[in-house]
Amino acid sequence: MSTAVRTSPPGDPRELVDVRDPFHGEQLPRWAPFAALGAAVAVAAALHWLVGLGPVLSLVTGWLLFVVGLTGLSRSVEGGRRAIDRLAATLITSAFAIALVPLLTLLWKVLSSGLPVLSGQFLTFSMRNVVGEGGGIYHAIIGTLLVTGVAALMSIPIGLFTAVYLVEYGHGNNLARVITLLVDVMTGIPSIVAGLFAYALFVLFFGEGVRLGFGGSVALSVLMIPLVVRASEEMFKLVPNELREASYALGISRWRTIVKVVMPTALAGIVTGITLAIARVIGETAPLLIICGATDSVNFNVASGRMMTLPVFIYNSFKQPGVPPEFGYARAWGAALVLTIIIMALNLIARLVSYYFSPKTGR
Amino acid sequence: MASSAAERVARPPGRTGDRVFKGIATSAGVLILLVLAGVALFLTYEGFPAFTAAPGEIPGAGGITGYIWPLVFGTLLSSFLALVVAAPLAIGVALFISHYCPRRLVGPLGYLIDLLAAIPSVVYGLWGIFYLAPHLVPSYTWLAGHLGFLPFFSGPASVTGRTILTASLVLSVMVLPIVTALCREIFLQTPRLHEEAALALGATRWEMIRMTVFPYARSGMVSAVMLGLGRALGETMAVAMTLSATGVITVDLISSTNPSTIAANIALKFPDSTGIQVNALVASGLVLFAITFAVNFAARAIVGRRREFSGAN
Repeated sequence: MSTAVRTSPPGDPRELVDVRDPFHGEQLPRWAPFAALGAAVAVAAALHWLVGLGPVLSLVTGWLLFVVGLTGLSRSVEGGRRAIDRLAATLITSAFAIALVPLLTLLWKVLSSGLPVLSGQFLTFSMRNVVGEGGGIYHAIIGTLLVTGVAALMSIPIGLFTAVYLVEYGHGNNLARVITLLVDVMTGIPSIVAGLFAYALFVLFFGEGVRLGFGGSVALSVLMIPLVVRASEEMFKLVPNELREASYALGISRWRTIVKVVMPTALAGIVTGITLAIARVIGETAPLLIICGATDSVNFNVASGRMMTLPVFIYNSFKQPGVPPEFGYARAWGAALVLTIIIMALNLIARLVSYYFSPKTGR
Repeated sequence: MASSAAERVARPPGRTGDRVFKGIATSAGVLILLVLAGVALFLTYEGFPAFTAAPGEIPGAGGITGYIWPLVFGTLLSSFLALVVAAPLAIGVALFISHYCPRRLVGPLGYLIDLLAAIPSVVYGLWGIFYLAPHLVPSYTWLAGHLGFLPFFSGPASVTGRTILTASLVLSVMVLPIVTALCREIFLQTPRLHEEAALALGATRWEMIRMTVFPYARSGMVSAVMLGLGRALGETMAVAMTLSATGVITVDLISSTNPSTIAANIALKFPDSTGIQVNALVASGLVLFAITFAVNFAARAIVGRRREFSGAN
């Protein structure tokens, strides 16, 4: 135990291992995992290019060699407990690396297939009377903005006032508890069920086969309201009670306290939450496919007629690409890139708002 | 309660405004209850004709049960497979972010995983069919050749790669960020003193995680996985685009005949359906709603029970 490095005679085999710290047992040098990783990569590369094994199989073999090799080495030098520790660290790091693979390939695929399609024409033309090459997503962008905008106009007040009720008036009474529970459950409603709900609702007024943009807004609201409630509820709860009490002490009525004191304090967080909620629903496809339908023309009227949206455009260009299919597929990727950029931008705005405008004491 | 009594005595200004404002807030809350009740009600109303219709009118054989059951099977199978892949990965990724990576990277890496959650499902569908499926074909051929004795890989392997296994893998990628985000939050809440006590007793990092983080986070992990399950059950477009569905019941994961899922079936059939077919689709949507409602409810109940006992909240 108490072997200090300095007392060990030169040439002692212990010199090979790193025993700088007298309180630890024998340890592998810090570079050991990296050396093992390098060896494993070399083996995998050799298997792939020299032996001719498939890329997946050689990667898996190399990875297995790395895991078994490092654990075995550690077990022989450091003992079983540290070997298991290293094994766990390796598996957990591998899990993270595996999780990055789909993200990177997806972003690469969207960028490489979508960028060549983007052009002024693609963004400003509709698909009316377009066969084969050409056309654009103007009608889909308009549709997405209108449907999501109307959905936001409905969801934000309802969501905000519900959050106000839960935090300022409910105080854990029965109604508030039921609402909290059901809002939680509502976040899990499948988007397609929301679409069916909107369809079943509007069928009553307009008859079978109804398609209209406003129905899409209703469906998106069902998905968006719980997100807004959750986000603003959390933010209202963060507002310190001292602020409310100070306002009451000045004789300010309750509703003016909420509007003038609580809401401004929580504003940055609420804006962040709402932006993220919009980013969530703007990419929803299934409900819009059901209730908004698809069209090739621009439709500015949410109250009647089919209305194209970006996600449905992507799905339709993939489903009915036309002849030859290349142009349809290309438009699908272009629209996918535009939609992804919109969502990333919304996410970025949300982060920036919460970073720059949130009160510093809240964190 | 006390404050309203005080108001009655003091008669502060703005009573009418207060009453109106409280009325608006309460009705917004009640409106949410009505919407949720409306979802159940309208789906039942629109789906009801399918339950009473003669078996011959429902597409396929065997009436409404024969129509919905294979879809329920496919939904459960694909979600189960997705979770088998995603749950261990997600817990690993969450642990990596909360306990393994350098502290400076916790924020950025979390954001990176959140990016996965932000990508719309229709884009995942494109990725699944144009990138993932073709790349999986060699693996499927290999599996059918070498592990063909297992019923899951009996093949014949699909040549397009559009199998239920591919759809489940796409689903698992979509579920991963949700489960990861929830698990990460719970792992980061582990009391610092517990962790340091374990380390001070000489535990390795993994032993520390097993002794302090996992016991603390167990119920949270279970409910995170169940919320992920709820998401996988209802996911529509990625499955609708990736899967080449024939509506059979089979456990063969890599062949070109696959069971469909409820959500994907609705998305694929709805645009061209009329009459009783629409009612049948809405009825299947009602079943999906009931399943996801139950799963989400159970997940929330588990979290709620933990909150009562732990005292951490």
